[in-house]
Amino acid sequence: MTTFPTTPDAPTSPTRRDFLKLGWGVLAGVAALEAGLASMQFALPRVSAGEFGGVIGCGPVDDFPAGSVTPFNEGRFYLARLADRGFLALYRRCTHLGCAVPWDPARGQFICPCHASAFDGTGQVLNAPAPRPLDRFAVQIIEGQVQVDTSRPLEREQFDPGQLVYA
Amino acid sequence: MSETTPAPLPIWKKLWRSAVREPFSGDRRSRLRIVMNNLILHLHPSQVPVRTLRFTYSWGLGGLSALLVVLLAVTGAMLMFVYTPAPEKAYQSILALETLVWYGQLVRNLHHWAGNALVVVTALHLLRVFFTGAFREPRAFNWLVGVALLLLTVAANFTGYLLPWDQLAYWGITVGASIVTYVPLIGNTIAQVLLGGPEIGSATLLNFYALHLSVIPLAMLFLMSLHFWRVRKDGGLSLPRGIDEPPVTKDENVTTFSDLVRPEAVWATVTVTALVLWSMTVNAPLEPLANPDLSPNPAKAAWYFMGIQELLLHFHPLIGAIVIPGLALLGLAALPYLDSDMDSVGVYFRSRRGRWLAALSAAAGLVLTVGYVLLDEVALDLPALLPSLPTLVSNGIVPLAALLLGLFGYGALMRRLFRATRCEATLSLFILILTGFLILTLIGIFFRGPGMALMWPWDVAATVH
Repeated sequence: MTTFPTTPDAPTSPTRRDFLKLGWGVLAGVAALEAGLASMQFALPRVSAGEFGGVIGCGPVDDFPAGSVTPFNEGRFYLARLADRGFLALYRRCTHLGCAVPWDPARGQFICPCHASAFDGTGQVLNAPAPRPLDRFAVQIIEGQVQVDTSRPLEREQFDPGQLVYA
Repeated sequence: MSETTPAPLPIWKKLWRSAVREPFSGDRRSRLRIVMNNLILHLHPSQVPVRTLRFTYSWGLGGLSALLVVLLAVTGAMLMFVYTPAPEKAYQSILALETLVWYGQLVRNLHHWAGNALVVVTALHLLRVFFTGAFREPRAFNWLVGVALLLLTVAANFTGYLLPWDQLAYWGITVGASIVTYVPLIGNTIAQVLLGGPEIGSATLLNFYALHLSVIPLAMLFLMSLHFWRVRKDGGLSLPRGIDEPPVTKDENVTTFSDLVRPEAVWATVTVTALVLWSMTVNAPLEPLANPDLSPNPAKAAWYFMGIQELLLHFHPLIGAIVIPGLALLGLAALPYLDSDMDSVGVYFRSRRGRWLAALSAAAGLVLTVGYVLLDEVALDLPALLPSLPTLVSNGIVPLAALLLGLFGYGALMRRLFRATRCEATLSLFILILTGFLILTLIGIFFRGPGMALMWPWDVAATVH
């Protein structure tokens, strides 16, 4: 009479059952991860070049006199050229709740119609509830042409001259 | 030997017989069987305790919510045939719907008002269940399912809000999505995924369309099935009783068909008629085409978010938009697991003392909320009082701590001063917070004009158009 070594009193660790369970668990986990990643790809932001979210060409540097603020509605930003001839692209979305902030040339301020936040010509907060200055976009000057990359708004705690771009 | 065989049934009678499974004869057994043999009726048990038929106990609010969902599915399916989810076409298709399609305006109105009514009715249903103590075990889990359904209802309304692509839609959703950006760490990412980009655009419209027409309705269908199933599994409606009556566990049963079905049909007819009459007289709002260059003043979120937008005027955004609503929601979900020390199921507001404290708390909520809003408007400027601290602390954590301490103190006061049981103290706190939220919502909707300045409703109405 032969005895088989599969007696319940001597379970190997892990048992074959545990191992198979673990295998199924891992496979199910991988499948869920793949499905999750695929769904995320569907939901991720989609932008097409040329419109807001891409790089916007603003024209030659000389079109913008010192001390001017020029709106670019399709790019959702203002191209400001300060008195020292430095360029700054300000995202016109209010940092409080996202309203479009119009430029008031008489007062030289951006004043939000929604909750009366006010910003100066460099985007700094003059009046709450806005929690931080207007976001900015990266400005590049290539062969005398101003280009603004609207793909990523750059948040900042305050204005500093390092944010300016010169021709 | 002559045997008369019965005349063969005509085919339409055979068809009818096969559809209803059993002929209906009208006797008690047949009335019980018909409920089991019919898919829709089978949502009910075949007999119900006679007490649960009391209309002023349940107000038929759960059934009414289900009815509104069906109405929304039907009108929504009709709207799908004329609507195009693309920015340059969406607004045009709404205009065409309102002017060229027969009954188009009426169907749009019905869908709009039924959707808004669903927010109100499901909220009232939740209040009824809380006020009658029907949320405790064994119904605790179904309370959670109900809270999830209420959130899905709000999500369905929010996603539908964008679809007409008018100024109201564009800026309402802009403000709503901006609130999301204040979630720490992942807020910006969530908002970007929700909008399909940095701002509202064609990707946003497609996202919201997909969520509004498939993801949210499917989730609701699943959770509604679970909700109805649990109602039956957990023993049906809680039994109402008189305020001095001992707890009731058993009651005489009557047959669902038709002692329950008849009043349901009456209530459904009355409410659908009211909704149709309302939709015939009041059009769903439609403002000019969405203009990303021009924010209206004031820019308000959808009315059910105005309570949160009002909080934003008084607290740092992280506290006002995320922490306070988050804590309130957590508390709401946890209620059945916190409040279980008193058997008051079936009695509105728990007890005689409970009723008195409920009235007191509603009054306190009214006075305190209006008082704080006025004080904050004219005198209180915490960031100026505490200039050395960042505004997150001075205008966020400091008033939040004061608020939480105040609520804790209020609960303790109820217990000490009025000898309230824990369960009555919970009820008092709930009503205090609920009243506060309702008052904030009303202030936000009716008392905020241009620049979100406080003014009388008639002045707001005069400035808006």
